[in-house]
Amino acid sequence: MSDIDLARLKPLLEPYMSLGRSGLLPALHTAQKVYGWLPQEAAAEIAKSLRVPLADVHGVIEFYSLFYNEPTGKRVIRVCTDQACALKGADGLLKRLRKQHGVKAGQTTPDGTLTIEASPCLGLCEQAPAVWTVGDGSESNRPRSAVYGLIRLLTANCGNGTTSLAKYGEYAALQKALGMKREDVINEIKASGLVGRGGAAFPAGVKWEGAAKAEGQPKYVVCNADESEPGTFKDRILLLDDPHRTIEGMCIAAYAIGATKGYIYLRGEYPYILPVLENALSEARRAGYLNEDFDIEIRLGAGAYICGEETALFESIEGKRGFPRVKPPFPTTHGLFGKPTVINNVETLCNVPLIIKEGAATYRQIGTEKSTGPKLFCVSGDVARPGLYEVAFGMSLRDLLGMAGGVASGKHLKAVLFGGAAGAFATPDQLDVKLTFEDLRAAGLPLGSGVVMVFDETRDMRDVLARLGKFFAHESCGKCYPCQMGTQRQKEILDRIAAGKIIEGDLERLQDVGWTMTDASLCGLGQTAASAVLSAMKLWPEMFQAGRLEGLKVAKAKKNDKGGKKIGKASKAKMARKPAAKKAVVKKSKPANKAKPVEKKVSKPKSVKGKSKPKKNVTRKPAKKG
Amino acid sequence: MTENVTLTIDGKQVSVESDTTLLKAAQQIGVDIPTICFHEATTSNALCRICVVEVEGQRLLQPACIVKAAQDMKVRTRSEKVVRARRTVLEMLASTMDLSDAPEILTMMDEYGASAERFPDAERRESEVKDDNPMYVRDYSKCLLCWRCVQVCAEDAQYTFAINFDGRGFETQIGTFFDRSIPETSCVLCGQCVAVCPTGALKPKREFLLEQGMSPNEISVLNTGRKRRKEK
Repeated sequence: MSDIDLARLKPLLEPYMSLGRSGLLPALHTAQKVYGWLPQEAAAEIAKSLRVPLADVHGVIEFYSLFYNEPTGKRVIRVCTDQACALKGADGLLKRLRKQHGVKAGQTTPDGTLTIEASPCLGLCEQAPAVWTVGDGSESNRPRSAVYGLIRLLTANCGNGTTSLAKYGEYAALQKALGMKREDVINEIKASGLVGRGGAAFPAGVKWEGAAKAEGQPKYVVCNADESEPGTFKDRILLLDDPHRTIEGMCIAAYAIGATKGYIYLRGEYPYILPVLENALSEARRAGYLNEDFDIEIRLGAGAYICGEETALFESIEGKRGFPRVKPPFPTTHGLFGKPTVINNVETLCNVPLIIKEGAATYRQIGTEKSTGPKLFCVSGDVARPGLYEVAFGMSLRDLLGMAGGVASGKHLKAVLFGGAAGAFATPDQLDVKLTFEDLRAAGLPLGSGVVMVFDETRDMRDVLARLGKFFAHESCGKCYPCQMGTQRQKEILDRIAAGKIIEGDLERLQDVGWTMTDASLCGLGQTAASAVLSAMKLWPEMFQAGRLEGLKVAKAKKNDKGGKKIGKASKAKMARKPAAKKAVVKKSKPANKAKPVEKKVSKPKSVKGKSKPKKNVTRKPAKKG
Repeated sequence: MTENVTLTIDGKQVSVESDTTLLKAAQQIGVDIPTICFHEATTSNALCRICVVEVEGQRLLQPACIVKAAQDMKVRTRSEKVVRARRTVLEMLASTMDLSDAPEILTMMDEYGASAERFPDAERRESEVKDDNPMYVRDYSKCLLCWRCVQVCAEDAQYTFAINFDGRGFETQIGTFFDRSIPETSCVLCGQCVAVCPTGALKPKREFLLEQGMSPNEISVLNTGRKRRKEK
């Protein structure tokens, strides 16, 4: 510890000192870049420079999984093991890597050169299995963009590398907006019927109007680019390939509500977008679109799904742990730094220039009466051609999957996960459902962030659920009790189910935990953490009940906490009709990867790299035991 | 803010000032809503969700400790949904932590028919007892994360900022900067965190030693400061 040279860090902290606590995440990122991790001395120096209490700095480091308070390998390889990647052999890949380098997941080689970790969704689901390598000089690598669809309005510039301002052209919509009255800009957005594309589907114009009318200065426009719903990768492509569309949308929002400052909160797993965005902001400044009246700052997240929740995102920008706030009050009146704020998802903002330029009436000709405009769908899993699909609202699920080449390898469809981890499953008899907010709602399916993840007939849905359970247990912030403990208990039960070791009463336990999280959690994460599980329980009840599965024996719950007796080993073999999860994954993934030839080659696992440092850390102190 | 609103709680009408929480409004008519993380002296964060109630027209259960009364609101404090949420939260608590020093919660469990054995094979949060200062011991196996200690150490009272959080999610714990011992932190031993702890996770050192079987005499020999004062 004594070899920590603070002289390397001190000058780099100067730009953050005037920010105070709000500079905490950028300062920690900077220190981690210098040392590869966050030594105690560096954390103390940051605390002193930014005038943040030591314990609070530590609390923040502990919250974000991309901050490390102990050394990692010089190179860190993260293998995504969430759903879309699991279907394409992520477990096997991770295993091979570990074997090849002789380390366990989460460990570093004895010579300190390499750390290998399993990671939550990296937002590269169409290129599964995704791997993110940091520290080997692949810093500038960018993933390929696989973009398809019947219309190319939002994605007009996507698929061919980053679009410069020269190619994007002048901000014509912004110029038009500046010639309109602010109320008229808001009215145009309201008239367009645009609703948020991040998952909550709140009317964007109503949000803008609320912030415009709210008392208090300054006002903020925040772009939520913390895309981290498993299965979602649309914002990654929009920002990487066409950053100006989002920036123009933010400028228009700022004019409409009278905001003077904007933030783009970019997820920590997308560091390769950072230079692209920085360059685009510089171009916009040179062109005068960003100026003393309104400018935009980028904030990089550090590995926390919860920060996609709008109020948790504010807390994160403010330099705190990403705990969601109690609502009301809502962001339109009490948002970032307690001031009136409009926060919109990347895709939502990308619709704004289109609406202003073409007018609400023209915009409304796209889509249906109640679901207006173009929509991006993130298609992944067992389809021939995974990728980003832009279509008008109203297409059927069958047609969308048809466009994606159908189920890979000629297999039959088992289910489609809508909306991501916080979503619900559709079955083959729902293929004709129209992809609109109203039709999906009627079918009990959430559109969410546009995730369409496909599972073929050979997939073991118990493995799918176990991964969802693991994801939420990892990502719960720990603030409210239903989610803090419920995600853990849900994971444990789903693990048992996946392993064929159901304990009597697990179905009822799972339901009580699920409904308690749904009804009583503080924020959207907890309220949807059981959504896919509860949907699966309706569709495939036999999967959850001991004794219903052929050959499954039931273990009686014991009276103490150690409870459950595992089920006989024989049971696994007998359940052969559902192949064991891992095997299925590895085997099937081959054909799936070779899939059918398509227009644009979907890139293979790509090594993306980034600047944030590796993971594994020490201090996560699970006090477990059991 | 002094206008009055009339609402119905479990079928009984009550008129209160409009900035009154549902918890307080219920108390006025003798309706008991249980709480765990709530404390009169600390900021309410609606963490434990034990106080949730069903409000007509709302899809989600509402935490009574922070939700304000409104005109014509219809509140049910013991609906089926409410009872399931309370019982399940209590059962999860019992499967997670040591409630032996939390008699109020044990009573609550009886009242809601919550079983301590509901979740077999459950991972628990356990940790070593931290006995690192002359005033109090910390046994985070008994901590239910009500946040009160962190709050009184910070803006709710003392502005000392000695403690914050470790970890995230289920693995959250209360901790110091890089796990330093209390004397190495900014702690001024004011004792306010001990006073607001509902579960005995923070306990005066003397009480802890008595529980360990030491006699008052043995303790006072240990604690020379106290002994000197007595002799004066």
